[in-house]
Amino acid sequence: MSNTEQTAHKVCWSCKGPVEASALFCETCNAIQAPGQLDHFTRFGLEHSFAVDVDAMEATYLKQQQKLHPDRFASRSGREQALSSQQAASLNEAFETLKNPVARAHYMLRLAGHEPEGGEGHTVNDPGLLMEAMEMREALDDADDKITIDAMIKDTRKQARACEKDLGAAFDSKSYDAAKKLATRLRYLMKMTEEARAKKSRLAAA
Amino acid sequence: MALLKIHEPGETPLPHEDERQIAVGIDLGTTNSVVAISNSEKPEVLRDKSGGNAIVPSVVYYGDDTPVVGEAARDQINTDASRVVSSVKRLMGRGLDDVKSVAGTLPYHVEVPEKSETENGEPMMVRLNVGNRVLTPVEVSADILRSLRTRAEESLDQPVEKAVITVPAYFDDGARTATKDAAKLAGIEVLRLVNEPTAAALAYGLDNGAEGLYAVYDLGGGTFDISLLKMQKGVFQVKATGGDAALGGDDFDHAIAEHLLAERKDGGATDDLDASDAKRLLKAARTVKESLTDQDSVEVTVPLNGKETKHSVTREQFDGMIAKLVARTTTITEQVLDDADVLPEDVKGVVLVGGSTRVPAVRKAVADLFEQEPLSDIDPDEVVALGAALQAEALTGGSDNLLLDVTPLSLGLETMGGIVEKVIDRNTPIPVAKAQEFTTYQDGQSAMMIHVVQGEREMVDQCRSLARFVLTGIPSMAAGAARIRVQFNVDADGLLTVSAREETTGTEQEVAVKPTYGINESDMATMLRDSMVHAREDMEMRVLTEARVDARRNILAVNAAMEADRALLSKEDEASINQAIANLETAMAGEDREAINDAAEALENASRPFAEARMDSRIRQALAGQNVDEVH
Repeated sequence: MSNTEQTAHKVCWSCKGPVEASALFCETCNAIQAPGQLDHFTRFGLEHSFAVDVDAMEATYLKQQQKLHPDRFASRSGREQALSSQQAASLNEAFETLKNPVARAHYMLRLAGHEPEGGEGHTVNDPGLLMEAMEMREALDDADDKITIDAMIKDTRKQARACEKDLGAAFDSKSYDAAKKLATRLRYLMKMTEEARAKKSRLAAA
Repeated sequence: MALLKIHEPGETPLPHEDERQIAVGIDLGTTNSVVAISNSEKPEVLRDKSGGNAIVPSVVYYGDDTPVVGEAARDQINTDASRVVSSVKRLMGRGLDDVKSVAGTLPYHVEVPEKSETENGEPMMVRLNVGNRVLTPVEVSADILRSLRTRAEESLDQPVEKAVITVPAYFDDGARTATKDAAKLAGIEVLRLVNEPTAAALAYGLDNGAEGLYAVYDLGGGTFDISLLKMQKGVFQVKATGGDAALGGDDFDHAIAEHLLAERKDGGATDDLDASDAKRLLKAARTVKESLTDQDSVEVTVPLNGKETKHSVTREQFDGMIAKLVARTTTITEQVLDDADVLPEDVKGVVLVGGSTRVPAVRKAVADLFEQEPLSDIDPDEVVALGAALQAEALTGGSDNLLLDVTPLSLGLETMGGIVEKVIDRNTPIPVAKAQEFTTYQDGQSAMMIHVVQGEREMVDQCRSLARFVLTGIPSMAAGAARIRVQFNVDADGLLTVSAREETTGTEQEVAVKPTYGINESDMATMLRDSMVHAREDMEMRVLTEARVDARRNILAVNAAMEADRALLSKEDEASINQAIANLETAMAGEDREAINDAAEALENASRPFAEARMDSRIRQALAGQNVDEVH
């Protein structure tokens, strides 16, 4: 990475002086700046690694929202209000993406130039996984008491956790094809947990 | 030279004295409304001149003179019921299709529009026939807001033009827009629309310094909301929210009214009710409901069609009548807990909001569900307005607390086959900006219909239609080759703006749509003219204030820059900048907006050489120490 990128400057809209391209506020006049092309990890001061500490990230998120949220600019000029809304929206997007492991994996794949499976024109082509998902769904259809479903939820969550660990290793070794497959598997596991929970509450309501 | 005020980035400096206008919090409820003010984080409700009730019934009487709002309007139900409008909130932002389902339960005549849409594809708003007037729900709400504004001004003895207004968390985009329109008509600038449960949590949280996960169960006159909030270090984060925009205490009244009618029928009475009878019957029903809060049974006399009947209603009977309605609230609550992956025992406290939570059966259902006694040490009728007042103070005077809210309903677009493609999921934190790409499905297709919907269902006709517009000028291409990017923006008020753009060819076309179930711009202009002589002056005052805010910020910015880079400032430039600042300050003291803007521009011109010198210097610094051939 060249030095020019690290210290790239733009013109502050308020004092017309130089301001770092990635700065949230102008260091001279304190005016809020437009969100730049910061990637989500950089926004939280994190390395590009799949393993993230969601609690620590949330603390950073809240601290930044305290400064950027439109409520902090309600009596400021229209331009500052609009910029704060953009900043808060970018921050929300970054946090929502990184805190969800599937969204985080998809985001990292795209950053590396790989389109995740399951999107437009990217069908899932993993017979083993499709078979596994079908079996899980059938088991859920057959389950009709809370204990069985709770056991299923526990099992899928355990598998999901293991899958997240494998994903971390895949990203660390830049094995993007493996990461792609694991991300799809994680997506199925999360969906199954969700459906099992929904069925549980349907049973409870009935 | 003026002393510089240095602020931490992002910390709001207190606005200048003359611009720090007073801002109130308003709970615009289905049955009752309340206005409150907060000073130094101590909110209090504003009472009428005689220091009486804080509650203003959301009832308007349209007699021959100016509309009457509140208790006095409700008293007219007995004498001139056809000119009394109540529960209008249930119609806010509603179109023909919604009203068909509730019209029968409303105690006044609703004029149903012949078509469900205007020629522009905007949904037609319902109108009410009241006496000899035809009114929109927005105008009726504006009359209520105007009365609250007057109450605040009399109580505080100064003009009130800004407010935080609360809406049910579950209010959709149309109802939010309609509420903002009503405020505009009443001459109130809405600082923020805040969700009612969030406002209630704010009132509780600040009082108790609460940390952890809290549920707010809000059952008002016409709406039910349940929200789950996480409170930590002064941040109130809404985790999940749900509800029913047409379920509340009014439905309890209807249940009792039906019970009374059924008893009369058994006694041989044949009742053919007109709107006035219905209103009187509902008034009696409400009395029964309220009495059963403290008593086990109550006697009531129903005088209709010249036949007076006596009835006795026990609490047990009442509990039976409303059991299904209460069960609906607990089912929705369970769904919200599920959404957030939270168990009832994770919830540290349950806050009760809304007059209907006084009903013992409701309290018991909530206590049973969460396995704990709910909190209710703040009056459930006042808690929302108190929270709104706190937020109004935070927005005008600065605060250490922050509300982070979410979208209550998913937002999406119609795709092939009437299927909804979700763009923003429900419970996404706001503000949010999201884009999705679509493509054409026919060769040479030059236009595309963009249909924006709100709701959780898969099919378009089961969701609420918010807006439709056509993106034209798509260059001729093979099917599937065009790339149309549709951008959704939801602001901090929860209001949506949608724009669309074709991206492949570089020809950009952008259409911004603000879904409006409120009032269109030209109608709004007419109403403002008709109803408020001061509208124009208010508008000019607002623009002038904005010009002053901008100017003051400009001066602060230039001063900060001179302080930071004094070495780059020539004597001549400093002199001309200071002169320009002095001129601008003089202009700001006056009332002429143009003069302020001209002086601001002059300041910009005077400081340009200095700004350029600062940019040059920074670029030179950045390049120093690098080889020339590294620089591209």
